[in-house]
Amino acid sequence: MFRAPRLLPSREKVDRPKAETDEGALRSHRKPSMRLVEIEDLHVSFSQHDGLVQAVRGVSFGLEAGESLGIVGESGSGKSVTCSALMKLLREPPARISAKTLALAGHDVLGAGNRAISSLRGKVAAMVFQDPMTSLDPVFTIGHQIAETIRAHRGLSKAEALREAVELLRRVEIKNPEAVVDYYPHQLSGGMLQRAMIAMALSCRPGVLIADEPTTALDVTIQAQILQLIKDIQAETGMGLIMITHDLGVVAETVDRVVVMYGGRVMEVAPVVEIFEAPLHPYTRALLDSIPGQVAGKRRLTEIPGASPNPAHPPAGCPFHPRCPMAIAACRQVEPALLPAGDGRQVACIRVAA
Amino acid sequence: MTAPALELRQISKRYGMRGAGLFSKAGDGGFVAVDRVDLALPRNKVVALVGESGSGKTTTGLLALRLVAPSGGQVLLEGEDITALTPQQLKPHRRRMQVVFQDSYASLDPMMTLGEIVAEPLGIHGMGTAAERRDMARQWLEKVGLDGSYASRYPHELSGGQRQRVSIARALVLGASVLVADEPTSALDVSVKAQIVNLLQDLQAEIGLSMLFISHDLSVVRSLADEVVVMFRGRVVERAPTDLIFANARHPYTRSLLDAVPVVNPRARRRRTFLTAEEIAARTPTISAAECELPPLLDTAEPQLVALAGSHYVEAVVR
Repeated sequence: MFRAPRLLPSREKVDRPKAETDEGALRSHRKPSMRLVEIEDLHVSFSQHDGLVQAVRGVSFGLEAGESLGIVGESGSGKSVTCSALMKLLREPPARISAKTLALAGHDVLGAGNRAISSLRGKVAAMVFQDPMTSLDPVFTIGHQIAETIRAHRGLSKAEALREAVELLRRVEIKNPEAVVDYYPHQLSGGMLQRAMIAMALSCRPGVLIADEPTTALDVTIQAQILQLIKDIQAETGMGLIMITHDLGVVAETVDRVVVMYGGRVMEVAPVVEIFEAPLHPYTRALLDSIPGQVAGKRRLTEIPGASPNPAHPPAGCPFHPRCPMAIAACRQVEPALLPAGDGRQVACIRVAA
Repeated sequence: MTAPALELRQISKRYGMRGAGLFSKAGDGGFVAVDRVDLALPRNKVVALVGESGSGKTTTGLLALRLVAPSGGQVLLEGEDITALTPQQLKPHRRRMQVVFQDSYASLDPMMTLGEIVAEPLGIHGMGTAAERRDMARQWLEKVGLDGSYASRYPHELSGGQRQRVSIARALVLGASVLVADEPTSALDVSVKAQIVNLLQDLQAEIGLSMLFISHDLSVVRSLADEVVVMFRGRVVERAPTDLIFANARHPYTRSLLDAVPVVNPRARRRRTFLTAEEIAARTPTISAAECELPPLLDTAEPQLVALAGSHYVEAVVR
């Protein structure tokens, strides 16, 4: 069903064409890359009392303007840590971050100071988390918190910012936004809070929205509504999207390209249709096979034996080898590199690339 | 005909009744969490209870276990009315009905070893000597796929899937025949979810378990349940054998739930239209008397659960 796209509020006031934003504010330290997100050989570890937890071990991927990318993985795969590192949200120490490249719109994130990173957050990339209740301050109204974000980044007056907060709430399809701006977080349902978080993330017209399991805590019907909202806004504004999720159904519904992560590494990168119709990596295949309810009838499910690797003691070689039906001796010794596999695809498996 | 393993008859739960609490407002009729629900769990079958948060599915599970007191209606365990029993009188029955919750971390005592956790119910019910209880706990840990060496470990050493296995062992160690599983796989990773669903299926076949499986995850329900009961605003709005629910849902709420499930096929993307709870409530289906398999109970235009062909029940107005 077609619905005429609605424009974001005060478009003429806030919306400089994206190219101009890039050229203007960001020209000075532009790197040759035009990519919104550029991650090359990212490593993140956390020092703990009993040693080093290696959460991310050599992750590389990028995002073009306007592209939607899914990062799929189970808990401990490093998918959230990767994006938190990209937004410089990890406290160092205990985190230790290194990378050949870690950049937002061509700006180095690793070496960026607080001020520089603040100007990238919100404008270049904004993030929405799984649990909106912990991202919002319980003692301020929703409107106050959205307006504060707008004022911090765009220097509008209080009244202007509040007016815009109302319009943003209207855009995320909250009914009666004039009243809801004065609500406190506890007065909203989980779905409404997530809408408010999305409104806040949109307030500075980010080049890319990073959504970290935005619907995991929600009911299926609310999940479907939020995903549709994110897709609509993306189509309307042309912003990029990084959807972090453990749910292959969410991936199938929302993104164009998929990065499959496991044990802190990238296993496979491919366009979304290929991931579902011609997966290359044994882990991707196993994940697809284990999705319940694909056929009618009561039945045993295809399970992946074993458990995800312990990031404090990742196995040598391929992180998936202990659970992989195709593993051979070499898989236990060689850490497979992520290699091109044709048609813009990449795979990290010596059994497939050979 | 043997009595169902578990049966709820016109069970209701109302919270915050007038004058019941310090903060109740004058004229406060309270909140009806569960409204005259009928539910039968046949022996050796899996019945799934689905609905959104707030639909009353968890409360229904707790009512079935007599963990909350009903405001009305009856609970029957293997044909025996246990509605009015005191906690002391209930204790022997508790061996037959057990529960597994979603959050395995919160439901296992971090100070106890897994062996102690699984053996504890045996101690509470005064079964066996300490040595026998230890053996039994070890056997059950093995049965749920954790080798005996796990008996001396602690919950924090385990993954979510392993902890859920321990919860299942603890629930079944007393020889329970009825298991209420409240979202047991919702917090688990995809690859581990299948393991736990399979374990529940294996145990069900092996020990003849009857299971009330409470979940919002319709894909798991499809692979596991014999029958699906759909709850909406405290009421059962539809009930049918699993395949019939997926193939021919009649109630708009069931349809909206099914429609919202992400489709695992990027070529099948589509825009969805969503109904609000009010719109759903306003669209109670109308069914002709000729289509009813059994004569409707009420002779009014009130919505009621009517029987259609194939053990399919839907809340509808009979015309």
